[in-house]
Amino acid sequence: MKPTRLTECGDWVLERFPITKFWNEHMAHYYAPKNFNFWYFFGSLALLVLVNQIITGILLTMNYKPDAKLAFDSIEYIMRDVPWGWLVRYMHSTGASAFFIVVYLHMFRGIMYGSFKHPRELIWIFGMLLFVALMAEAFMGYLLPWGQMSYWGAQVIISLFSAIPVIGDDLSLWIRGDYVIADATLNRFFAFHVIAVPLVLVMLVFMHIVALHEVGSNNPDGIEIKDSKDPWGHPVDGIPFHPYYTVKDIVGVAVFLLFFATVTFYMPEMGGYFLEHANFIPADPLKTPEHIAPVWYFTPFYSILRAIPDKFAGVIAMAGSIIVLFLLPWLDRCKVKSIRYRGGIFKKALLLFVVSFLALGYLGTQPVTPAATILARIFTAIYFGFFILMPIYTRWEKTKPVPKSLTRPHTLEEHFHTLEEQLPVLLEEITALKPMTTEIGDSAFKSSFFSRRPNPGGMLNVISRVAKKVKGSLD
Amino acid sequence: MNNKGVDKSKRQFLTTALTVVGAVGTGYLAVPFLAQMQPSVKAMAAGAPVEVDISKMEPGQLLRVAWRGKPVWILNRTPNVLATLKTLDSELRDPLSEESEQPPSSKNPVRSIKPEIFVAVGLCTHLGCSPTFRPEIAPNDLGDKWKGGFFCPCHGSWFDLAGRVYRGVPAPTNLVIPPYRYITDTQIIIGEETEENAA
Repeated sequence: MKPTRLTECGDWVLERFPITKFWNEHMAHYYAPKNFNFWYFFGSLALLVLVNQIITGILLTMNYKPDAKLAFDSIEYIMRDVPWGWLVRYMHSTGASAFFIVVYLHMFRGIMYGSFKHPRELIWIFGMLLFVALMAEAFMGYLLPWGQMSYWGAQVIISLFSAIPVIGDDLSLWIRGDYVIADATLNRFFAFHVIAVPLVLVMLVFMHIVALHEVGSNNPDGIEIKDSKDPWGHPVDGIPFHPYYTVKDIVGVAVFLLFFATVTFYMPEMGGYFLEHANFIPADPLKTPEHIAPVWYFTPFYSILRAIPDKFAGVIAMAGSIIVLFLLPWLDRCKVKSIRYRGGIFKKALLLFVVSFLALGYLGTQPVTPAATILARIFTAIYFGFFILMPIYTRWEKTKPVPKSLTRPHTLEEHFHTLEEQLPVLLEEITALKPMTTEIGDSAFKSSFFSRRPNPGGMLNVISRVAKKVKGSLD
Repeated sequence: MNNKGVDKSKRQFLTTALTVVGAVGTGYLAVPFLAQMQPSVKAMAAGAPVEVDISKMEPGQLLRVAWRGKPVWILNRTPNVLATLKTLDSELRDPLSEESEQPPSSKNPVRSIKPEIFVAVGLCTHLGCSPTFRPEIAPNDLGDKWKGGFFCPCHGSWFDLAGRVYRGVPAPTNLVIPPYRYITDTQIIIGEETEENAA
């Protein structure tokens, strides 16, 4: 092809900026396991929601006023008077909850398929740091509307720091910048929410993905695809990320957006779970709402805090419930990664953990009663039991043998051999001799292609055999 | 020119010296950066005392005023309430307020200067919610043990009508009593303990 002006321009850039190399390394020549299932959508969906939050967030800052006297009214102004302001605001608030739904499912996937295990410990650590940064981001963002729940929620969370002995009171004073939650607090939370924490988030996402692409993705079978490679050096069980998974993820995005749009347009408050009712009342420093609860994504940890009848111990337990997640790669002693080949004891423990996490989440939205407190204590014990007893029960586990590879690795010769052997047999089965050819009686001619006709019975046999084989491999 | 090779110890010394100087410089710069998040002079000056007229308070009535941005309660306690307070000691964590925060004038079993007028900062000592005033005895939601008091809806802490915390709840200490004094019989000033010590 003759170089045109356009390709010359392209070459000029590529000589100075390795965009093709980057694309190939991370997309077109990046091999991902071929057996990803729907659980693997949530990583890319988290990225999508992050982009949504950044774009809608930038638009919101154009009309929002980070001032204790103006903040509440500026939100109402965005909702009523700014063209399409309601849509941008609801996309941002729904996006916050969607972020946590997606991230919780993403984390559950990691626990279920052992994606945190050797050699992916650092991916898990970066992911957990992302989770903590995301919680900080969500918490500070929730103060900005300056409603009752914003105010008293922030009051409670900042007071958590005052439980730390010796430095606690000075620390919480330093965080607030005033003796109570006030304009100074709102203003600095705005700064953190809009620039400081998002920068950290984006950097951590970058590190998360760099670490992932260094060791490669785990998969539902928990096998290392890099262990078996074809003669060209590509993993036998791998397929290039682009176009295979880019296309697959687009399907996930479409389904996700369907749910996202439904919530944004028809139920942005989600019955008081995504946007709490008390937050439609401006902040009143003299009166706590009758029932205060954090937004749903914090309630499991909030329940743990409430379950402990001691201020400092409660804060320790709540922090501990997140810290144990960081330690997961070293708590799980089982060598087998995926739940598909792990023992019943782990499956039961994981089920108990999920149940207790959901139950704690529900209890955290409810007012305190003696019965609820006892339940919360039981589920807190199960939550911690899952992690603390893990080094013990994962050692007893009776695991199933893990296959070396998803497909039996074939050498190139083997491929040709089997094809050579099987093809004539297969042909014989699906075809029958034409009647006329019997007259010739030449056995060499009998087997030739031209003396035969299609045999429907044989074809049916072959098809049913293939169907059985496919079904067997799915089981 | 020196061709005896590199003097590694000199290089090491320079690297160490530069690291130390850099760390000290960063440390010095960190002080103003972190300190600028402390409360501003304006925020510190905003804690002016508040005068409250209590002449029109009915027995059992609770008055809420703001002092330094915090809710301060003034409660007119009836003789019944004062009698009940005496019976609660065994259920309280700190009945004599040994570990709690209050001016010396209020360090007594009823935690006030005049027994009937109770003044307290209306923020739970657990995580800073403002407890609700529940003077009724044994309501449905709180059970038979409730003798009237302040209930924190956030985390379920119980306080009696002298702001003393019950056992087995998350709050560690009794409600904070702010410095206050009587100007006249029916006027108190919150934020000042004595006339000279106006701070």
